[in-house]
Amino acid sequence: MEFEPRIVGFLCNWCSYAGADLAGTSRLSYPPNIRIIRVPCSGRVDPMLAMKAFLEGADGVIVLGCHPGDCHYSEGNYHARRRLHLFHRLLELFGLEKERFRLDWVSASEGVRFAEVVAGFTEQVRRLGPRVRPEDILERQR
Amino acid sequence: MARIGVFVCHCGSNIAATVDVAKVAEEAAKMDHVVYATHYIYMCSTPGQELIQQKIKEYRLDRVVVAACSPRMHERTFRKATAQGGLNPYLMEQANIREHDSWVHAEIPVATEKAIDIVRMAVAKAAGLTPLEETRVGITKRCLVIGGGIAGVQAALDVAEAGYEVVIVEREPSLGGHMAQLDKTFPTLDCSACILTPKLVDAAQHPKIKLYTYSEVVGVKGFVGNFQVTIRRKPRYVDASLCTGCGICWNNCPLRPREQEDGTVKGGIPSRFEAYIGRRAAIYVPFAQAVPLVPVIDTEHCTYFVKGGKCGVCKLKCPRGAVNFEQTEELVTEPFGAIVVATGYDLFDARACGEYGYGRYPDVITGLELERLMNASGPTHGHVLRPSDGRPPKTVVLVSCVGSRDEKIGRPYCSAVCCMYLAKYAIMLKEHDPEVEVYNFYMDIRAAGKDYDEFTRRAIEQYDAHYLRGRVSQVYERDGKLVVEGVDTLLGRPVEIEADLVVLATGLTAPAGARELFQTLNISYNQYEFVNEAHPKLQPVETNTDGIFLAGCVTGPKDIPASVAQASAAAAKVVGVLSKEELVSSPMVAEVNERECVACRLCVQVCPYKAIEMARTRRGKEVARVNPSLCKGCGLCVNACRGAAINLKGFTDQQLVGQVAALFAEPLFEEEERG
Repeated sequence: MEFEPRIVGFLCNWCSYAGADLAGTSRLSYPPNIRIIRVPCSGRVDPMLAMKAFLEGADGVIVLGCHPGDCHYSEGNYHARRRLHLFHRLLELFGLEKERFRLDWVSASEGVRFAEVVAGFTEQVRRLGPRVRPEDILERQR
Repeated sequence: MARIGVFVCHCGSNIAATVDVAKVAEEAAKMDHVVYATHYIYMCSTPGQELIQQKIKEYRLDRVVVAACSPRMHERTFRKATAQGGLNPYLMEQANIREHDSWVHAEIPVATEKAIDIVRMAVAKAAGLTPLEETRVGITKRCLVIGGGIAGVQAALDVAEAGYEVVIVEREPSLGGHMAQLDKTFPTLDCSACILTPKLVDAAQHPKIKLYTYSEVVGVKGFVGNFQVTIRRKPRYVDASLCTGCGICWNNCPLRPREQEDGTVKGGIPSRFEAYIGRRAAIYVPFAQAVPLVPVIDTEHCTYFVKGGKCGVCKLKCPRGAVNFEQTEELVTEPFGAIVVATGYDLFDARACGEYGYGRYPDVITGLELERLMNASGPTHGHVLRPSDGRPPKTVVLVSCVGSRDEKIGRPYCSAVCCMYLAKYAIMLKEHDPEVEVYNFYMDIRAAGKDYDEFTRRAIEQYDAHYLRGRVSQVYERDGKLVVEGVDTLLGRPVEIEADLVVLATGLTAPAGARELFQTLNISYNQYEFVNEAHPKLQPVETNTDGIFLAGCVTGPKDIPASVAQASAAAAKVVGVLSKEELVSSPMVAEVNERECVACRLCVQVCPYKAIEMARTRRGKEVARVNPSLCKGCGLCVNACRGAAINLKGFTDQQLVGQVAALFAEPLFEEEERG
């Protein structure tokens, strides 16, 4: 059986969650692997949450927010961009491929884009195979 | 353990066609904390909502999970149902198995499995929900309007007509703004002052409107419904309660301008209102119909102030004893529920475009100067005369886009009104003197308003204005005549015109001091210092700060009808706020754990709403404190906090981690993990 990655998506309430809703109302099909967690703003996504998802068993984590300049809270996505960019660079240190994480922008009107981004990311993670398990990382550290 | 009830909705066949709802309910019933699970055809229907209420009581549920459509659709509905069942409305969590599942996946096993996961995550989050209370605050039923131009005055009149008190703060000595300076308005050629001044008088006489002219806003505290605004009232040195506006003072001021027999003027001080081409006394009203008709003393020029008491003619002559040299600046602080920002614009300083020779050649003037020349109450009594020799010009060149649509000087935006006022000048110049030749160098003709294109055509076809498509490269003097060098791009050849008068269509820019005011108000603005709308299309008169609204050119160049329409729109928004008895704000806001807070102030720095302030606990420890009325619940401070001392109610770390954990294992959420 083909490997089916498990993906956690953190979506900001105002743009990307609404974009995902629009993908739904437009009946756009995309791979079912993603599990969506609603957050008020991409700036609310603490790297700790993304790391927690990896530790718990996620094969990929995607954070989606409003496009730069469009943040409902005017600058939350800029904070997200800086913070998560740093997190992204640290991923390999944890033994995780950088391709397992993505920060991207989907507006409330971009249902099509949402479906495309999710499909693309799912495929990318699928190609990588299962993530290294935390136990193995700990083992390696010992 | 919580006692959670799970309600799975079929949404007719919208969900049930691809999700095995019975299976979802069956699996949900096995989840930790869940004591009851069911499915029903329409949870949002009245019987569906009653089902929730009934089961809350029957099973003594303390949390509710509704697996249905997007919470953006029906969160409010199900919160209300939960509240009617006797629970705090914020103890309901909605699982989105329609938009995010049944509508995007076709296979029943796949969609069902995903639905179960989504419900499991929602159950985990629900287990961590705490009751939240909405904060309710009273409202000060007064409105502040900043700026007394046409936009501000219109907004003030509309709000006052709705029955609320309004204060207009205007930094100039009179209401009126730029519209008062204009001669005629396009495309109807109405006399600008004739249509404006009655409105100014209406505002001044309205029992609900108070004017603070010659005043500025210097401080804003508080939030929607409860602003505290500090206004600096500059001294006029004239007691407004005594002054009748008779004019004896300015007609006797030794510094007053005096018209000579040959029509030239001696003395006087360049008047800002007259675009600095007309003159006034040191004690003056900006224009004859000023509102209020109370003069101010210009202390920079007045002999009494400059030479330390060596004049005082106005004080001697005033029959009412209204002149008071001892008057001082006054700071007043007043409460308001809403604010309209209508601070207007300034004109681009054409000196920045040296090639046009503005400031170097007296006969290169701006549009506003031409307005004053054409105006019957202007310095030339309405005769268009060249500033250099006072003779009527026979060839006039109009130059568009000076300080607009010009990347190289950092002003790429269109000023929106210039094409139209240039067409107006072409017509008016011909009306004043049919012999005059008018040339207009334009980039494009932007005449998109009602009757605007017809108006421009009239200038070209009926009044014979020569429209040349192309830019002017330079203006210089040759044998005492101005030479305008440009290009006609339609004919593809250079053009040279000997002109008697060159009129520059200077673009619109943000007024001086705009940035400081916007920072005081905490509203965001772009690189040109025009305010950003809360949404450029759907909330064009709102700002990102609740209770602060926008009208007129504060958001960017626009013409009079657009400014007036915006003013009335802003007034409607203000009335929407003031007509409420109290404001309810979302309880999903940040909260500081004061025991953990180390007062590092990082949260204060990142907060886009200035909602966090430093405070002291009763024991004197310095801590950050969130004002729940200002907080919008974005959660930036939560991430900024190094000590995990801040949490966001409704989206706590524990709840989000609980959702993640639930997805991959049995729920990890435990009672004691709650913040």
